[in-house]
Amino acid sequence: MSPAQTKSEPPAGLLAELTHRCPLGCPYCSNPLELDARELELGTAAWQRVFSEAAALGVLQVHLSGGEPAARRDLEEIVGHCAKEGLYTNLITSGIGLTKERIAVLAQAGLDHVQLSIQDCEPHSADYIAGYNGAFARKKMVAAWVTQEGLPLTVNAVIHRANISRAGKLVELAVGLGARRVEIAHAQYYGWAIRNRAALMPSVAEAEAAIAEVEALKQKLSGTIVIDHVNPDYYARTPKACMGGWGKRILNVTPSGKALPCHAAETIPGLIFWNVADHSLADIWASSPAFNAFRGVEWMREPCRSCPRREIDFGGCRCQAFALTGDARQADPVCHLSPHHGRVQQIAAELSQAGAAKSAAAYIYRRVKQREPA
Amino acid sequence: MTDVVTTVGSGSRPRLPRGVRLKHDPARGEWFLLAPERVVKADNIAVEILRRCDGTATLDAIVDDLAQHFSADRARIQTDVKALLAELAAKRMMDL
Ligand code: SF4
Ligand code: SF4
Repeated sequence: MSPAQTKSEPPAGLLAELTHRCPLGCPYCSNPLELDARELELGTAAWQRVFSEAAALGVLQVHLSGGEPAARRDLEEIVGHCAKEGLYTNLITSGIGLTKERIAVLAQAGLDHVQLSIQDCEPHSADYIAGYNGAFARKKMVAAWVTQEGLPLTVNAVIHRANISRAGKLVELAVGLGARRVEIAHAQYYGWAIRNRAALMPSVAEAEAAIAEVEALKQKLSGTIVIDHVNPDYYARTPKACMGGWGKRILNVTPSGKALPCHAAETIPGLIFWNVADHSLADIWASSPAFNAFRGVEWMREPCRSCPRREIDFGGCRCQAFALTGDARQADPVCHLSPHHGRVQQIAAELSQAGAAKSAAAYIYRRVKQREPA
Repeated sequence: MTDVVTTVGSGSRPRLPRGVRLKHDPARGEWFLLAPERVVKADNIAVEILRRCDGTATLDAIVDDLAQHFSADRARIQTDVKALLAELAAKRMMDL
């Protein structure tokens, strides 16, 4: 392929995974199974350079994420730097590690928005899912501190078998916490979630009931809270436009500085990722082999290649195509036009039955692998 | 809250809430309205409207000012302004 990407539109968003450290252990965590150790994390100055390069490149919003970004003591400094660069700064947090004082300092430093994860609206279940006692109670306090500071709050709830019957109640909880926006995101099967697929997969009936409930609330609560609803992939007919198109809108930087087109991209074998320590962000965006691998439509096969939706959903998710078909160039098999589509529905049905037959979810919690002593 | 359109009264003083800001982007040479998980391109007219939503000016005053600025029909401007503000309010991107 020729280097035809020189004219590509700049990225609108940068997802910065400041650390993989996190006190919680959510079984659907989107982080990779191999987590970056603390010693590998970029330092303050390196991140500041990345954010300055991002602003110059045309990035409009930065999402400070993890792991738990509050696990970094320099979070306040990083937020201050992003604000100085004029970047819209969004903190994606579990809330653990934040205090009233830290939130005040972050607001002062120029933070624009806080997105807080909530695991369930029943305290016991929420703490069980998070693998952390007292998480739910703490999160409610964090939500109050955020809104008292006057910062806009989004509640993010990942939906799966253990909480799917309470999807509507989670929206109500978000309203009660003073959120202006809530994400009801059906679990997506990457990272730890694919390991826990049988424990997470709801039945088709549960998924349909939750979708109907949340869609009805969308209308009813317009003007009160914005509901962003991420549909359950395995029960969809057409795929989501993953990342708004590969290498089109978003750039993800891992704790150790690897630049990825999507947080799960490392699961696709053979892709070459560049590190922010060796290349500028502009250089990575224009020329990194991983970013150019699935840009545009040239790489597509049928049925995507000649499909009228090819520039709407970009053939769906490359990582999911690889995970379910063994070939990242295939249509995302969530698509009803994919020859593998029947298999996806079959997997979902089998797993939801097999998982439900077991007792309460036997989760494999997300944990940093303990190193074997040398 | 179900019929937001009717709440854009002529005396209301619209304001961009915290966490929603208008930004000029030199890289693209365009204006954007930035909000939680939202990036919305703002055309010239939207920029002129949004700049005036400072929480002090009333809707009436904003419409008067725009009608003069564009030497345009006041009634049409009022319709456009109300439509934009109602749409943004429904998305929690404008306080009325
Ligand atoms: S999903 Fe859970 S475990 Fe993963 S980073 Fe977020 S809070 Fe931590
Ligand atoms: S065939 Fe490809 S482009 Fe068309 S809808 Fe399916 S995934 Fe999208």
